Amino acid sequence: MYSIILATASKYLLLLLQMFSVFLLFRGHNEPGGGFVGGLVAAAAYALYFIANGIGKAEKLLAIDPFHLISAGLLLALSSTLPGLAAGGDVMTGIWIDTGIPLLGKVGTPLVFDTGVYFLVLGITLKIIFSLAEEDRQ
Amino acid sequence: MTFLLALVIGCLYAAGIFLILRRSMVKVIFGLILLGHAANLLIFTVGRLTKGVPAFVPEGSAVLGGEFADPLPQALILTAIVIGFGVQAFTIVLFKRTWLTLGTEDLDLMKKTDELPRE
Amino acid sequence: MNQINQIIIIPVLLPLASAIAMIFFRRSVPLQRIIGLVSSTLMLAAAVWILGAVISGGMLTMQAGGWRAPFGITLVADLLSAVMIAASALIGLTTVIYSFAVIDKEREKFFYYPLLQLLMMGINGAFLTGDVFNLYVWFEVMLISSFVLLVLGGTPAQLEGAIKYVTINLLSSSVFLAAAGILYGIAGTLNMADLARISPQLEQKELLAIVSILFMITFGVKAAVFPFFFWLPASYHTPPIPVAAIFSGLLTKVGVYALIRFFTTVFPHESGFINGVLLVASALTMLIGVLGAVAQYDIRKLLSFHIVSQIGYMIFGLALHSPLAIAGALFYIVHNIIAKTNLFYISGMIERITGTFDLKKSGGVYARYPFVAVLFLVSALALAGIPPLSGFWAKFVVIKAGLGAEEYIVTGVAIFVSLLTLFSMMKIWNEAFWKEQPQTVAADAPNRYASMGTAGKLMLVSPVILLALASILFGIFFEPVFRIAESAAVQLLDPESYITPILGRKE
Repeated sequence: MYSIILATASKYLLLLLQMFSVFLLFRGHNEPGGGFVGGLVAAAAYALYFIANGIGKAEKLLAIDPFHLISAGLLLALSSTLPGLAAGGDVMTGIWIDTGIPLLGKVGTPLVFDTGVYFLVLGITLKIIFSLAEEDRQ
Repeated sequence: MTFLLALVIGCLYAAGIFLILRRSMVKVIFGLILLGHAANLLIFTVGRLTKGVPAFVPEGSAVLGGEFADPLPQALILTAIVIGFGVQAFTIVLFKRTWLTLGTEDLDLMKKTDELPRE
Repeated sequence: MNQINQIIIIPVLLPLASAIAMIFFRRSVPLQRIIGLVSSTLMLAAAVWILGAVISGGMLTMQAGGWRAPFGITLVADLLSAVMIAASALIGLTTVIYSFAVIDKEREKFFYYPLLQLLMMGINGAFLTGDVFNLYVWFEVMLISSFVLLVLGGTPAQLEGAIKYVTINLLSSSVFLAAAGILYGIAGTLNMADLARISPQLEQKELLAIVSILFMITFGVKAAVFPFFFWLPASYHTPPIPVAAIFSGLLTKVGVYALIRFFTTVFPHESGFINGVLLVASALTMLIGVLGAVAQYDIRKLLSFHIVSQIGYMIFGLALHSPLAIAGALFYIVHNIIAKTNLFYISGMIERITGTFDLKKSGGVYARYPFVAVLFLVSALALAGIPPLSGFWAKFVVIKAGLGAEEYIVTGVAIFVSLLTLFSMMKIWNEAFWKEQPQTVAADAPNRYASMGTAGKLMLVSPVILLALASILFGIFFEPVFRIAESAAVQLLDPESYITPILGRKE
């Protein structure tokens, strides 16, 4: 099934949804949002693209193996736990830096952790969707 | 409100248990999902329903004032939802793969691993 | 802030870090093997370090993120946790080495080694956490990795076994979640130390009893206690041998660990009724498990039923609830982790040599490889409880505690069951080692062991030798090992010794 309207719309929606997912990720610390939701929205964007254009194109668009997203996400999350230890506190102690940049505000290790979650959720969800869609390829 | 939620939880548990006792794999997975929801709602309800503000300490003071909603049950539920999402997604993939490999979704027919081999 | 406390994060972070590295190098299996070997060796070293630190300096505690207990995530290593970590690290290392020899290329390419590491992370986390909800999270980490390891390869039998394993474990997880939720509703905390302090003063006794029953059910499923064990023999014989070995060695023991932790430390005052239930359950677990084993002719299924039967002894020790009995249960756990895993390894070797797991078709191993027979005898007799091996002391202590508590019927069952255990071990001995392999089978069963290279043979045999040695050493140097178990039991039965290092002294 191929719908030209959906295929065209999904291209723009993909961009919009991705921007929205990043927005969700950054506002997540003090307001509803965060890495998990952001990652799900980003994965949903790709899922929409896949429904409209087929699995082959969606994988080509992603251009990166979902497993690399998973390991990158895990690595980010893991690395965010260590600065606290280096600073003499316990593992996972939050370290905050005030950048003074208006939009960014204070950044710290929890944001790194959340970004890790974002990539992890994106990678796992895409992997599951792609492997469920496996037989569509034939 | 608590009574209403208790009713909903009871219905979810009943429906979930009914579904996991069915022979069809698809119904079993729906049952597991419903049981997960029931457990989440249960945490939400027994963690006290308070109509209050989020538990943020207001600026300029050191302690929480007035009524506030307990954030811990919400954190627990959030974690449980995330874990449930992962596990259920895996289960769906597993059940689909099983259906493709064994050619059936009737759980009653899947007893090879329990039987003693025939002479 | 004592810096030595920070080492207890190693058993969680090290496997995670190595799993990440392995996923990055997913194309290169040799690199994954090296990372796996190095990280498992480091893990064993760290586990021994932690055990040494706990024995010499008392409990280690850490508050993740610097949030003070009971508000934050607490990691605790008391003597029990430290011993379990050390035993699981030993099994982790041997499983990685054994896997080098037998795991096929397909599985190796599909994240076999990272999954093993994630499984170890979940197991270690479950041993170390000091928080009920975190225990749930670690259980899930462990379960998800075990799900994938179980189905890796995707043969029909594996999928069929996995359906049962996954469904029943998800069910028990949802019971766990509900129990944790209700517990929070009653007590307002999920920190184990805090619960141990608060639970005696709670007024809603009935609700607390319900919660403890729910916990007993959920951990009973994980530990494969009667009547919740049917998923185990239905699934554990389906995956490749190293996977089955690590599952049988560690996963059910995490359930037993949780039972011990909950009904000694967390609910010390709920244990009267629970102990009665556990006592009956333990007798039935021992008996039904071993009866199932006696009927089987597939080595892996036979051993799977034995896991169930052996769990009964540990639960028996817990149900007696005296310092001696719990010390016996702890010693039993460590002994069983080693002996049971080793028997699974040896069953893999038998399959390599004779080409089958079916005892009727198998045979002639003693004539061809006497040293395999010796290794088998060490582990089998240890499991059955023949002196001077580790199993004898383990059973001796538990049975002595049973007689001391005047539970003659269950103690009688325990003795009877160990006879049947010996019987079924002798069955493996007679069928696989002693008798000639039937001619019809021998003709078309290639000896895959003989065609392995020297390195492969070494990787196959060295874990088995290591674990057999451990069984013998635990038997000979019983006393110092048992003294550790005894002080762990004393620690467990005195909640205050668990609470004070975490929450500080009561005002």
